[in-house]
Amino acid sequence: MEFFRLKKDIPFMRHARLFNIISLITFLVAVGSLATKGLNLGVDFTGGTVMEVSYAQPPELERIRESMAKLGFAEASVQNFGTARDVLIRLPVKEGLTSAQLSEQALAALRKDAPNVEMRRVEFVGPQVGKELFENGALALLFVSLGIVAYLALRFEWKFGVAAIIANLHDVIIIVGVFSLFQWEFSLPVLAAVLAILGYSVNESVVVFDRVRECFRARQYRGVAVPEVLNAAITQTISRTIITHGSTQMMVLAMLFFGGETLFYFALALTIGICFGIYSSVLVASPIVMYLGVSREDMIRVEAKPDNDSGAVV
Amino acid sequence: MNRYPLWKYLLIAAIVVGGLIYTLPNFYGEVPAVQVSPLRSNLKADTALMDRVESALKMSGITAQGIALDTTSVKARLGTTDEQLKAKDALQTALGDDYVVALNLLSRSPQWLTSIGALPMYLGLDLRGGVHFLMQVDMKSALAKKAEAYTNDIRIMLREQRIQYSGISRDGQGLTVRFREAALRDKALTRITKDMPDLDLRSEDDAGEFRISGSLKIEAQRRTQDFALKQNINTLRNRINELGVAEPIIQQQGVDRVVVQLPGVQDTAKAKDILGRTATLEVRMVDDDSSGASLVAAKAGQVPFGTELYYERNGDAVLVKKQVMLTGERITDAQPGFDGQTSEPAVHLTLDGTGSRIFQQVTRDNVGKRMAILLFERGKGEVVTAPVIRGEIGGGRVQISGRMTTQEANDVSLLLRAGALAAPMDIIEERTVGPSLGADNIRIGFNSALYGFGAIMVFMIIYYNLIGVFSVIALGVNVLLLIALLSLLQATLTLPGMAGIALTIGMAIDANVLINERIREELRNGNTPHAAIFAGYDRAWGTILDSNVTTLIAGFALFALGSGAIKGFAVVLCLGILTSIFSAVMVSRSLTNLYYGSRRKLDGVSIG
Repeated sequence: MEFFRLKKDIPFMRHARLFNIISLITFLVAVGSLATKGLNLGVDFTGGTVMEVSYAQPPELERIRESMAKLGFAEASVQNFGTARDVLIRLPVKEGLTSAQLSEQALAALRKDAPNVEMRRVEFVGPQVGKELFENGALALLFVSLGIVAYLALRFEWKFGVAAIIANLHDVIIIVGVFSLFQWEFSLPVLAAVLAILGYSVNESVVVFDRVRECFRARQYRGVAVPEVLNAAITQTISRTIITHGSTQMMVLAMLFFGGETLFYFALALTIGICFGIYSSVLVASPIVMYLGVSREDMIRVEAKPDNDSGAVV
Repeated sequence: MNRYPLWKYLLIAAIVVGGLIYTLPNFYGEVPAVQVSPLRSNLKADTALMDRVESALKMSGITAQGIALDTTSVKARLGTTDEQLKAKDALQTALGDDYVVALNLLSRSPQWLTSIGALPMYLGLDLRGGVHFLMQVDMKSALAKKAEAYTNDIRIMLREQRIQYSGISRDGQGLTVRFREAALRDKALTRITKDMPDLDLRSEDDAGEFRISGSLKIEAQRRTQDFALKQNINTLRNRINELGVAEPIIQQQGVDRVVVQLPGVQDTAKAKDILGRTATLEVRMVDDDSSGASLVAAKAGQVPFGTELYYERNGDAVLVKKQVMLTGERITDAQPGFDGQTSEPAVHLTLDGTGSRIFQQVTRDNVGKRMAILLFERGKGEVVTAPVIRGEIGGGRVQISGRMTTQEANDVSLLLRAGALAAPMDIIEERTVGPSLGADNIRIGFNSALYGFGAIMVFMIIYYNLIGVFSVIALGVNVLLLIALLSLLQATLTLPGMAGIALTIGMAIDANVLINERIREELRNGNTPHAAIFAGYDRAWGTILDSNVTTLIAGFALFALGSGAIKGFAVVLCLGILTSIFSAVMVSRSLTNLYYGSRRKLDGVSIG
């Protein structure tokens, strides 16, 4: 069985401008949403308390809200989590009350209404820790980006490195933007998913670039214009691109459907990342390489260097 | 051309078998068990303790499936959780307060696996349930306490030296001494500089007032902070031992934080209470005047007026006076060491200024008598040591020696230091996971990996036929090796870690798809089947390496900067990439070689 039996190269580069406009629009929407709505940051980053409790019978959320308000948490968020019997309660940081007292008080208040309420999970994050987690997350994003550019520059050419990282940061912005647009909770696992996607999606650009380099060196492409070479390289790898992403996506879908509430947003971030990963590595990274003026000489120079060096050193 | 030498096949087979062995313990499940460990380091977990555990269980009619001894504890396996609870109560009453009896779960895997270090994966708190605390030590107050101690020391010293001063005060972490005359100030300055090398001193003149202002040197500050942190960790460890947690983790994180993880603890209220509690130390005089008779009477329940009966750690009764001479707040440090003259093991205590003065007075008035150092926790007192006073002790440096081994000196100094928290601590992060959620998380993580794997398996076989089968086997080996590595390294497996396993499976197939697509392409270009297979593996290798290195970079960054559960994800991601490179390239190639390589001429490759 084979899905892609492509006889002719698909003229991806001819439509580069169109794709760039699409990219630009999605990018602007994402940035706009981030600027106006911001992210719905989870308790990991803002600090506060999250409690997950489980009831034998589906409880009335309104009554839980009332008992939280009685404790002085009028702004507590109470919602179902997964099933109707599980409830997630979010409490903001309160001055002068330690986490220990807070969660015990809240649980005691809930027990008054329903004695058989079961505590499933409590997470308390101090505001200081939240800030650190956020900073570390941003730092990790920076390190990963720099590391990838450095590696690609070493392995290929700086133009490829820059193109790959622009394409992938574009993915990252879009994932984060979607989370902002729908106000989905941005938690630590989601951040991990974003960083994993950054590493994974660069794979894709690497595979395409690898083929671009191979084509530039191949005799049959000598004298062929750069956009044509790019088209050929992308066409030759498109089957693999879609199949590998499809397999990874199958795994992620399994997490999305069977992973419960905890893994849901993690899997969702991965799904968006994988979809945009295909798009960006093919239709964003390659045009950028073209605009940066990649040429056959770039490849040959990179290749020629080690030979000269090794001769001199030995 | 597509043949591997025999040693390569053997090597791959050996690695797969090794992976299988180290994965095995994960399939045996766990049995309920009780774990008995001594509370103090002078009590050893030995065969004698094992015998006691065995007989105690036998007496209460519980049959253990096995009793094992390791370096720190004795563990008894039991049939059911009911028996486990009964055994815990029985052992606690039989062994008393000197031992911690904790509920635990032990792997059901056979002995030979355990003996080669094959253990099940170490589950994180989100999978097994438990409490995680991140506590911050209030270093400001530790430094302020130290400055306060110096303020007292200086006050006493100036008085002793008869140097007149008009005032002394502490503001935050600094201190100021005021004088009326420059000459006095200079005299004091020389004296303080000589006696207190840890202080940074400056002299200031202002409107007819002469001042010395001092602060702790950076180096001394660091030492103070270090000491406060170490002492707090010791204290926490001692307290957690009482909770009866099977495998607590208490670790320093950064300069001023402590991570406490208590797997399986459900009663978080109690855990928080115990962690926040304070212990106190007291110095009192021993009532030796009526040594024989009243001690016997006291033991019988008739404690003489004005005294109390306490026990030493070896069980000896000591009758001490009710009047407290000195409390533990006055001790700034306690270190094990040796007596300068007799080179006997000793404990060196450092007292603060007030403490030194009181101690000097007490020892001057009571030469030849015994004094007792008592530790109170949970309202229960214990005599740490009761030495005879040999002479007046001044200067705040106290040495406790006599009838002590080096080990005892270590224990006593630890106890003295660990009795109380050096500085207050706040819980700045708490994560509690109930046992039902932990079990749910395991099921969820396992199911998503399983279904995802199933879907990929079906797809690969339909799409690539026989070569697809080889890819799936390689993928299976990848999962096997990944789990074996995680078990071997005892890396903590968290729910994001399980998601990492699932994600790695999805990403690992990438290498095989690359290879398979390349083989198809080569075939399409008119190459012979053998040449196509060879070129497919050969050319895909560079690409596989490149694309995995970038993911590895992301993994490293996550590991370096992530916390807790995210670290677990990063570990799995990094290990998964390494195993996937091996399995996708070596394992699938060896299968292809084994199947096709023996034939000289191929009519085609079963690749769909």
